Amino acid sequence: MQSIHVRTKINGQAAEFLCEPRQSLLEVLRDVLRLTGTKEGCNDGNCGACTVEMDGRIVPACLVLGAEAEGADILTIEGIAEGSALHELQNAFLEGAALQCGVCTPGFIVASKALLERNPDPSEEEIRFWLANNLCRCTGYDKIVRSVQAAAEKMQQETTS
Amino acid sequence: MSTSTLGPKSTSAAPAGKSGNGAPRRDSYEPNMVLATQTFDVVGTRPVRHDGADKVTGRALYGADLTLAGTLHGAILRSPHAHARIRSIDTSKAEQMDGVHAVVTADDLPEAEDKLVDVGEGDTRLSYVHGNVLAKGKVLYQGHAVAAVAARNQHVALEAANAIVVDYEPLPSYMTAPEAMAADAELLHSDLRMKEFGEQTDKPSNVAEHFHWTAGAVDEGFAGSDVVVERTFDTSTVHQGYIEPHNVTALWNHDGRLHIWCSTQGAFVVRDVTSKILEIPVSNIKVTPMEIGGGFGGKIPVYMEPVAALMSRKTGRPVKIVMSREDVFTGTGPTPGSHVRVKVGASADGKIQALEATLAYEAGAYPGSFVAPGGMCVFAAYDCANLSVDCYDVVVNKPSSAAYRAPGATQAAFAAEQVIDEVASKLGLDPVGFRMRNAAKEGTRRADGPKFRRIGCEQVLQAVRDHPHYSAPLTGSNRGRGVAVGFWFNVGLESSCTLNVNTDGTVHLVEGSTDIGGTRTSIAMQAAEVLGIAAEEILPEVVDTDSVGFTSVTGGSRTTFATGWAAHDAAQKIVAEMRVRAAKLWSVEVEQVEHAKGVYSSNGNSIAFRDLAAMSSKTGGPVSATATVKPRGVGGSFSANIVDVEVDPETGKVEILRFTAVQDVGKAVHPSYVEGQMQGGSVQGIGWALNEEYFMGADGTMKNSSLLDYRMPTTLDLPMIDTCIVEVANPGHPFGVRGVGEANIVPPPAAIANAIHRAVGARMQRLPMSPPAVWAEVAGS
Repeated sequence: MQSIHVRTKINGQAAEFLCEPRQSLLEVLRDVLRLTGTKEGCNDGNCGACTVEMDGRIVPACLVLGAEAEGADILTIEGIAEGSALHELQNAFLEGAALQCGVCTPGFIVASKALLERNPDPSEEEIRFWLANNLCRCTGYDKIVRSVQAAAEKMQQETTS
Repeated sequence: MSTSTLGPKSTSAAPAGKSGNGAPRRDSYEPNMVLATQTFDVVGTRPVRHDGADKVTGRALYGADLTLAGTLHGAILRSPHAHARIRSIDTSKAEQMDGVHAVVTADDLPEAEDKLVDVGEGDTRLSYVHGNVLAKGKVLYQGHAVAAVAARNQHVALEAANAIVVDYEPLPSYMTAPEAMAADAELLHSDLRMKEFGEQTDKPSNVAEHFHWTAGAVDEGFAGSDVVVERTFDTSTVHQGYIEPHNVTALWNHDGRLHIWCSTQGAFVVRDVTSKILEIPVSNIKVTPMEIGGGFGGKIPVYMEPVAALMSRKTGRPVKIVMSREDVFTGTGPTPGSHVRVKVGASADGKIQALEATLAYEAGAYPGSFVAPGGMCVFAAYDCANLSVDCYDVVVNKPSSAAYRAPGATQAAFAAEQVIDEVASKLGLDPVGFRMRNAAKEGTRRADGPKFRRIGCEQVLQAVRDHPHYSAPLTGSNRGRGVAVGFWFNVGLESSCTLNVNTDGTVHLVEGSTDIGGTRTSIAMQAAEVLGIAAEEILPEVVDTDSVGFTSVTGGSRTTFATGWAAHDAAQKIVAEMRVRAAKLWSVEVEQVEHAKGVYSSNGNSIAFRDLAAMSSKTGGPVSATATVKPRGVGGSFSANIVDVEVDPETGKVEILRFTAVQDVGKAVHPSYVEGQMQGGSVQGIGWALNEEYFMGADGTMKNSSLLDYRMPTTLDLPMIDTCIVEVANPGHPFGVRGVGEANIVPPPAAIANAIHRAVGARMQRLPMSPPAVWAEVAGS
């Protein structure tokens, strides 16, 4: 099978890769580019573990073909922290004990970041609606929702101060 | 929370630790309360977990993230039939495909010896483990592994696996315990003979084992009862549902040593079981446990490790296999479906007079359904002298069942706690008051014989009664409030821990318990408490089986309890050695050196742990200690729920309006992660109650093997899960710890069923209580 040459931008850096036509973006990220922070839980778009941001929209990377990333701007969990400083969401997840096994955590953080960029002060209901495609089997979601609330509060304080 | 009548308390809003749970409190009540009975400096605080930064940045390495140079990728061919004889397997076409390096079937495994093997939480016959890894002669369920391929990449491996031709002769299949127990049912295993009352019989049967426990005079108890209620309940097969699929990489090196990297709850179990299956010494196998993406009991069994190892031996290259989600559903887990009859009799004064239960659980393809623990737990919350419990472990044509969080207890509680509720109601008694009047306490005999040591059943029920949720008004039509209580054991098993003191005053902690939910930290905190230093000054590592003493599975609610105990003991050895070092420093007798909170002192001299550590080279060299434990002082844990529901009579949909989980945890080492266990277990229980089931077609195949159709709870299905931590110290542990991981899943289905009954009058006798099932009951009542 002939490989396709794809030019894209990942976490702010230009990235090029070769992929087979049948390879998903998730496979490319994990197996070709070794960005293994994006996780595979179901490979059919139902668990949210592989959530990445692509041109400003959150998508399950397993439902995007690698070839479709041509010209796209992609953000993965590896691009959330700025340098050595964790993002407020990452801090909030740690302080709020919002992870147990941690395998769903990258997807939740990528999805939550996109939420807070659109809606800096979401209600509990809005957080629950936005995160409904991200499955977590360990926490029962309570501490995840509270941590997103805590991060939102902190980020708002930072913007107003 | 001002209405509590239980001892001193601290709350998560005012944590004692360095960094608290920073979540804002938007509620008018305290959602997470801790009813503490004893306080420590580190134990009971809420530090950030040691592996946290790796896990929020995507840096933590899970099994599927590992790809060694030269790795081949594997795929497993699985049975499309629920029950069939294998006439032949033709692998020739697959073997000739470009990019295929190895194909294996059961013929490549050594013959299984007829002996018992410890599979993590008990013994089973080696031939069963063997048969489940790769089917020999017969397939016993859809998804049963038949052959495997190693190829250049996963796509080629899958194509090649599908090119293997298997000639099957389909056989009749049985999906439930009552079907498989029928007199004319065909045997799944021609060599299976029923074990009865602990004795091996010569009866061929699909019932692998029949347990029976009785005490007192059951018939007289029922005869002396004013109210007797008897009902039968059925529950569906459900899956543990961890988000990370099973994975393995195996490298059979050219020096003859086998190295396995995998996602497992028990690296030593993988080592030992793989050694038995492949007939190589345990010392030839090193297992590196990667980070694990959930387990809940389902990642104790060995599935693919021996298969990947065989293919690595054939090719001389690392072989990696990662399951698909469909493989996970059809080839691993699940927890048994059940058929349970419960009968309860009580006198008008509210005293239970007799208890009787019959439990039949689906073991799946091989014996071992955890029905016996179900029978031990079914009436564990009650003190009644007259009781009788029968348990049947029944093989059926479903995947071989695996442990799932308090295995066996949830099905039993779904039945017992509804009947208890109904008896209370018929006697006109408050459901919590009735339970309290009959609550098990220290000295109560459990169904299977042992008497409880100190337990917190009464205290948990008292906390339920006193909780503001229990007395909060609940108005509106089709709404109801339910309660239920559940019990689960703890196990001790075996753990090891090594502490190495660094010259900067920090301590490396080496342990072998897979960390599924923050146990690196809860174990480190116990060492820190003894050493009198901060939790952050302990640096815990989970290491491979070559690098730490034997450690049993992360399971049975044992990790914080037992590996934490090993850390406690190792830390005590460090303290003893540091006293020797201080004595040397000051030229005094070691008996003259005292230790308190990390400071060593004698005759006016004193030195902090950090400074003494810095002088270790001058005082005798490195300071290091190892401790191993096999604890016997295990406590059990009781858990209860208060739940408010609203039932939509038009659709049968049940909405959870408010949920409170109460649990006796002995001592919450890290209250945030204890709350997390309670919340997570509760929500798994909610999923089991309302939606989750294996939907089996008439042909015995699973029709909903995706996360779209197997419906686990999402954020949108749930409210916040409030917690109330009750601490009744376990006298069998240095800090009073009880295991907290499991008991929380036990009461939710029963509590929700009781709430549905109060809301709409329907008595739900089947799980899941999905919209069609509830609608049918509401329409019929």
